[in-house]
Amino acid sequence: MIEKRELTLIVNGRDYSVRVDPRRTLVDAIRDDCGQTGTHIGCEHGVCGACTVLIDGEPVRSCLMFAVQAEGCQIRTVEGLAKGDELHPLQQAFIENHGLQCGFCTPGFLMLATGVLEREPNISDEDLIDVLASNLCRCTGYENIVKAVRAAAAKMTAGR
Amino acid sequence: MTSGNNKWIGQSVERLEDPPLVRGRGRFAADISFPHQLHMRIVRANHAHGRIAAIDTAAARALPGVVAVWSSADIADIPPVDFREGRIPALEPYRQPVLAVDKVRYVGEPVAAIFAEDPYIAEDAADLVTLEIEELPILLDAEAEPGEFSAGRNTEVAVIQQGYGDVEAALRAAPMVVELELGIGRHSGVPLEARGAIGRYDASRDILELHGAAKVPHRNRDLLARMLKLTPSSIHVHESHVGGGFGIRGELYPEDVLVCVAAMRLGRPVKWIEDRREHLIAANHSRQQLHRIRAAVDGEGRILAIDDRYFHDQGAYVRTHAARVVHMTAGILPGPYRVPAYRAIGHFRLTNKTPAATYRAPGRYETTFVRERLVDAIAAKLGIDPNDVRRRNAIAPDEMPYHRPLEALGEEIEFDSGDYVGLLDKLLVALDWDKLKAGLARRRAAGEAVGAGFAMFVEKSGLGPADGVRIEVDTSGAVELITGGASLGQGFETVMAQVCAEILGIDYRRVRVTHGQTDRIAYGIGAHASRATVMTASATYNGAMKLRAKAIDMAAELMQAPVAALDIVEGKVVRKDQPLGPSISLGEIATHLAPTSKTLGEREPGLSAEGWFRVEHQVYPYGLHFAVVKVDRETGGVHVESYAIAYDIGRAINPALVKGQIVGGFAQGLGGALLEEFTYNERGDPLATTFADYLMPTARETPKVDVILREDYTSPLNPLGIKGAGESGITGVGAAIASAVDEAIGIPGA
Repeated sequence: MIEKRELTLIVNGRDYSVRVDPRRTLVDAIRDDCGQTGTHIGCEHGVCGACTVLIDGEPVRSCLMFAVQAEGCQIRTVEGLAKGDELHPLQQAFIENHGLQCGFCTPGFLMLATGVLEREPNISDEDLIDVLASNLCRCTGYENIVKAVRAAAAKMTAGR
Repeated sequence: MTSGNNKWIGQSVERLEDPPLVRGRGRFAADISFPHQLHMRIVRANHAHGRIAAIDTAAARALPGVVAVWSSADIADIPPVDFREGRIPALEPYRQPVLAVDKVRYVGEPVAAIFAEDPYIAEDAADLVTLEIEELPILLDAEAEPGEFSAGRNTEVAVIQQGYGDVEAALRAAPMVVELELGIGRHSGVPLEARGAIGRYDASRDILELHGAAKVPHRNRDLLARMLKLTPSSIHVHESHVGGGFGIRGELYPEDVLVCVAAMRLGRPVKWIEDRREHLIAANHSRQQLHRIRAAVDGEGRILAIDDRYFHDQGAYVRTHAARVVHMTAGILPGPYRVPAYRAIGHFRLTNKTPAATYRAPGRYETTFVRERLVDAIAAKLGIDPNDVRRRNAIAPDEMPYHRPLEALGEEIEFDSGDYVGLLDKLLVALDWDKLKAGLARRRAAGEAVGAGFAMFVEKSGLGPADGVRIEVDTSGAVELITGGASLGQGFETVMAQVCAEILGIDYRRVRVTHGQTDRIAYGIGAHASRATVMTASATYNGAMKLRAKAIDMAAELMQAPVAALDIVEGKVVRKDQPLGPSISLGEIATHLAPTSKTLGEREPGLSAEGWFRVEHQVYPYGLHFAVVKVDRETGGVHVESYAIAYDIGRAINPALVKGQIVGGFAQGLGGALLEEFTYNERGDPLATTFADYLMPTARETPKVDVILREDYTSPLNPLGIKGAGESGITGVGAAIASAVDEAIGIPGA
């Protein structure tokens, strides 16, 4: 047996000291070792995007990274989006535009969209659809997800 | 109904479900854990068909952290997974054992189960189990000659027949016979959350719990009780958040039985979370059928008879649904058209593939494709517009209710209400069809491969026979609505709360909706067959009316006013003629109705009521799909440029959610029509085992859908006039896209 590693994961600004196998995926560490189960596992091979988190601001599939690779990085998950009772504009927009049904893919879409809008607030419609096409949703048919992200983008730009 | 305009019914209010889900506070199967739990990993067959010569588990058992390894010999007392509807002796030999016995029959079949302290260790141990398999002939084609299933039994499980009238005579006498061979590919629901099950046995109370349930928790409780020889009330099945259902999730699978048995025998909670590869080869497949259909037609395109022989590829075993899909296929095929004589013969056959069952619009997606292809073929042969064929054959409003001597889901079909041609006309107006048609013709003339296609269908919805709810108001005025329904993410809680709030005169956000908990209500048939809003909302309506009467009766005494003078407004009983005058809140009324209250009198204690709703017939909503596609002449790729769905739902409780169901269903239909397929090589190895092989539509492939939602024909069969919505978005997609491709490439029947 390979020895476990002690490391600190920084999730939503908080330090978590964990002891994990080198092979432990980041998503398993976030969910089971840090207790943040809002990040979901949909395929474990990097296609569906349900496990998308932000690592130093970039959307990343946390099923394709090992926990040890994320040491020292700023990891942001869906639990960190709202400020207390105040929802993030994207969260609010998903509710207002019926951008979710079962809600399983939602955290991944929210983190993907957060990462993109923070980097490119005025992204074009075409580019936005290309970006959102990197995650899968099986319930909504995407129309309301695109609408929600557009609505949030407008609000976030206006709020700057 | 309450006086005045509806406050909640018919409003697109925000969903009660959403706040926890957008915050990452949902509780899906993988989020459920219990102290001291074990993790289960399944060892699956890697041969499509073979005799099990040996299963060597020694190395797996020796791995530190492994607690037990089971094969079928270890659970010889557990019967195969039984049928949901009870015993069907003729089909029993074809049920799937919980772990393979003697033979493996598809790649992915559970052969052994590992129980370990950690999921990673369980997976390591599974890799150490070696299976020695003596290969047997592999059957992959349901149309081919049946092979041997077991001694004296071949792979044709049953031949299903439904029909009426003299089909042979009609075919002989008809001026024209149109004949087609049509195949529907193998695909399935594939929810984004894979399956999960957590078994836990509480020895102190002798209660077995199954967590991670969905769709039909009460039925699965009863099924487990039969299989494990336990009393139904000693099994508690708990539904939490469900990451999509689509018919396939929530059926009782071998893995669900295993976690229950293991929890009892190993004395620890047992958690199993499926991975995606497992899901694609082990959860129910669906859809694969081959139809050979003939229609006798007169010179104007009127259908005189339909004769259909079809082959249903069930995969390796008959699962919980028994023969449901193959049987319903025969019953539902004629759809919206008058068909004077009809015969359908369905060959229900096993192959060495993953077993199949229902997927959203089972039997209807398939038959709508077949029937509407037939309509196009009739039109092509006569040189007329397919919509003229539809007009000449569609059942008219004055023929309703329309009885047809065929069965679907155990009920004789009786269409309740509707105007199929009327809806077609509304769709054509909304599309500005003449102009659109001319535009497409111009583009074709300029060399583009573009075309349009329609599909007309009748859905079925609201499967009975009965559903019940209990409504309780606490002393703060908060309402709990306890249902036997289930939520698959469709907005069940919101819709039920809207109906309850409408009747009780309260804010819908005051209603907590409980579902899928067998320890809270004894009876329930869950969420399937687009039944939840029809059945559970009708029961909610009835229960809320009773509770309303009880509250007003108590208030009348306290307020010294006649019952007829009172109304409930914003959670308070008031005089209708003095809405701002004296009032008494529902919470106060609940206090007055407490068992110890002096004001209770001879009344039953508690501000609570039960509501039941029973039906003999399902309701039959209907609709049309319309597609415009462009075909790439180089690659054959099909791009759906635009799509429209017209649908008469009778009455929409929450139009935004109805549209969400329709648009989401469409996206799945698009995948089924153009992208998704479970393919196999000649050895029976599944080739679609990742999301890189099994392609689901993304935001890039999925066009915007225009939904023309009508409430023209309410159902006479329930108090709110509701018809269901869950499956209408998917039913006609294959048919409409195929028709549009025909026109785009100028080859009818391509």
